[in-house]
Amino acid sequence: MNLFEILRSGVSTGTVLLIAAVGEILTERSGIQNLGVEGMMLLGAMAGFKVTYSTGNVWLGLGAAILAGGMLSLAHALVTIHFQADQTVSGLSLTFLGTGLALVLGDGLTGLESAVVPQASIPLLSQIPYIGGILFSNHNLLVYFGYLLVPLVWLYIHKTKPGLHLRAVGENPAAADTLGVNIYRTRYLYTFAGGCLAGLAGAAISVAIAPGWYSNLTTSGQGWIAVALVIFAQWNPWRAALGGYLFGMLRRFTIDLQGPTMLFGMVNPFFHNMNLVFFLQMTPYVLTIIALIWGSSAARKKRIGAPAALGTPYQRGERGL
Amino acid sequence: MKFPYPALIKRTEDNPKWLPVATSVGAVILAFVISGIILAFIGANPFKVYSYFFKASFGSWGAFSDVIVKATPLLLIGLGCSLAFRMRLWNIGAEGQFFIGAFMASLVIMVPLVPLDTTPRIVIIFLMAVLGMIGGALYGFIPGVLKAKLNINEIITTLMLNYIAVLWNNYWVFGKWSDAGFQMTKTFPKTAWLPRLADYAKQVPAFSGMTMHAGILFGLIAAIIVYLILYRSKWGYKITLIGDNVRAARYAGINITANTILVFMVSGALAGLAGMTEVSGVVHRLQERISTSYGFSGVIVAWLAKLNPFATIIVSILFGALLVASREIQPSGVSFLIQGITLFLVISSDVLLKYDIKWVRPQEEQAQ
Repeated sequence: MNLFEILRSGVSTGTVLLIAAVGEILTERSGIQNLGVEGMMLLGAMAGFKVTYSTGNVWLGLGAAILAGGMLSLAHALVTIHFQADQTVSGLSLTFLGTGLALVLGDGLTGLESAVVPQASIPLLSQIPYIGGILFSNHNLLVYFGYLLVPLVWLYIHKTKPGLHLRAVGENPAAADTLGVNIYRTRYLYTFAGGCLAGLAGAAISVAIAPGWYSNLTTSGQGWIAVALVIFAQWNPWRAALGGYLFGMLRRFTIDLQGPTMLFGMVNPFFHNMNLVFFLQMTPYVLTIIALIWGSSAARKKRIGAPAALGTPYQRGERGL
Repeated sequence: MKFPYPALIKRTEDNPKWLPVATSVGAVILAFVISGIILAFIGANPFKVYSYFFKASFGSWGAFSDVIVKATPLLLIGLGCSLAFRMRLWNIGAEGQFFIGAFMASLVIMVPLVPLDTTPRIVIIFLMAVLGMIGGALYGFIPGVLKAKLNINEIITTLMLNYIAVLWNNYWVFGKWSDAGFQMTKTFPKTAWLPRLADYAKQVPAFSGMTMHAGILFGLIAAIIVYLILYRSKWGYKITLIGDNVRAARYAGINITANTILVFMVSGALAGLAGMTEVSGVVHRLQERISTSYGFSGVIVAWLAKLNPFATIIVSILFGALLVASREIQPSGVSFLIQGITLFLVISSDVLLKYDIKWVRPQEEQAQ
């Protein structure tokens, strides 16, 4: 039980949620809700681990994970954009598809060991007392990628022209269409981007943060938490990062709680009754629900929330073609 | 670059009756073909796998009885999902409601709520069924009320509640109720078992060893009730109306909040009953793994059956067969894969029911 370690580990495990949630923010900003994050992450985790294991090159592994997540998301894109299918059901079946593919293709990978994403310290920044140790020293490179991803995506969404188009497509596709933005192409693009990041998030588990392939326990519901995080974050990458790190810290905290025999001067119940640990394991899921309740009222107060066209298919035929 | 894109022209005339059936059947067949290609790709022989599939599920009466055992929870959960989906409520929490139902039903035996050696079997089983339904309904109440009052995405809440329910069950079967350190409770007394075909082997020798239990009757009765609710009752009409057009329903004075909560609770109750049939009819105790993701397969069953209660019976048998066969098949994800592809194809094929498709090239658009 050590605050420094909890904060430090929160930053590294939270990176998984951060990457996946930022990807889903991009997708949802275009008006497509992809609930299949869990499936894409699992497929990414499998592909990342399998390719890293067989080639020995972790970068090829990450590339494979990105590609796997992206390819899978295209199935969702095709079905929801072209076929106008229900996005909820499609996202759910994407989870099944990704899980099934990952289990089938990942058969026999359990227990193997592969190369992992290298760790590094940032010169100078890592010298800052305390904070440097938490944020900038001996993390795997994906953690630093997360630091870059959040401001870049925020700038992209809010300060660039393609970002403006993205928001327009998510808020009012008909208006964006009249301005010459290709709705279908935009939605395909950002669904793909979200899938790529979800795949990478999966690989961030399997070849970086908790290396190895543990079939569907590898992701253990983090994809779903990432989807919830997007709502909690109100489609803002900064808040998604904050949420991701908080969840990471919580995860470490609940593990740390099980260690010591004494806790705050009292007998540690989690050490003496192992079964109480099941309640500790519930906390991320309970907290997700609480975060949603909190987010819902905050969103209503501020009147900012989901992209207006989120979840609704766009159909040019309706314009009388 | 300009993509040709399809213009979907809304169908004005009614679909012929066979078309929805044909698309569902076509989707399943195509799903097997695609999965077969993937199996061949990883080096398995799809024909061998499928013939094994068939033999393991329909090869004998005994195998078929196992299929019905697996179909029972799928049917109950699928019916509950149909009801919720009609209202466009995405109850993905059947898995959790199933576990809580199983837990509540087990309370009858583990507490015990009634003296076990004197209470007649029918009373015990009835109590278990009622408690199972109450458990599922209460667990459905949570996402229902959050959706109705705060408009919180029910997909996420139900999913999170799934994880919580599994951990809750683990707490009991690993700890308080653990039987000699195993991750299960002691076996329930015979008076808590749903009758099985094998129980009548003395009268009908052919039944010996058959595991099919009375839970399927619950499923069939539930199918009739859900059919009556959806197609013959005022309440069913309200549910469908809310699902089709929530604003129109509000103008018509239908209480959306109350119906959201109620439908969630009924949907949960059916999943809870499924949990009860599993502990009382199959494993005869509460244990760690009582569900092979029935909750999620139930969603697919409901969708594939086009939310029709009687079609749900047939589809749940089909998926029961898939589960029976995939028990012994390697690699273990094949049934997930087929389910995922099937659902994808079904929802894509829905477009064929609603629209006529015409591919438009951007140049032609100019001409028009």
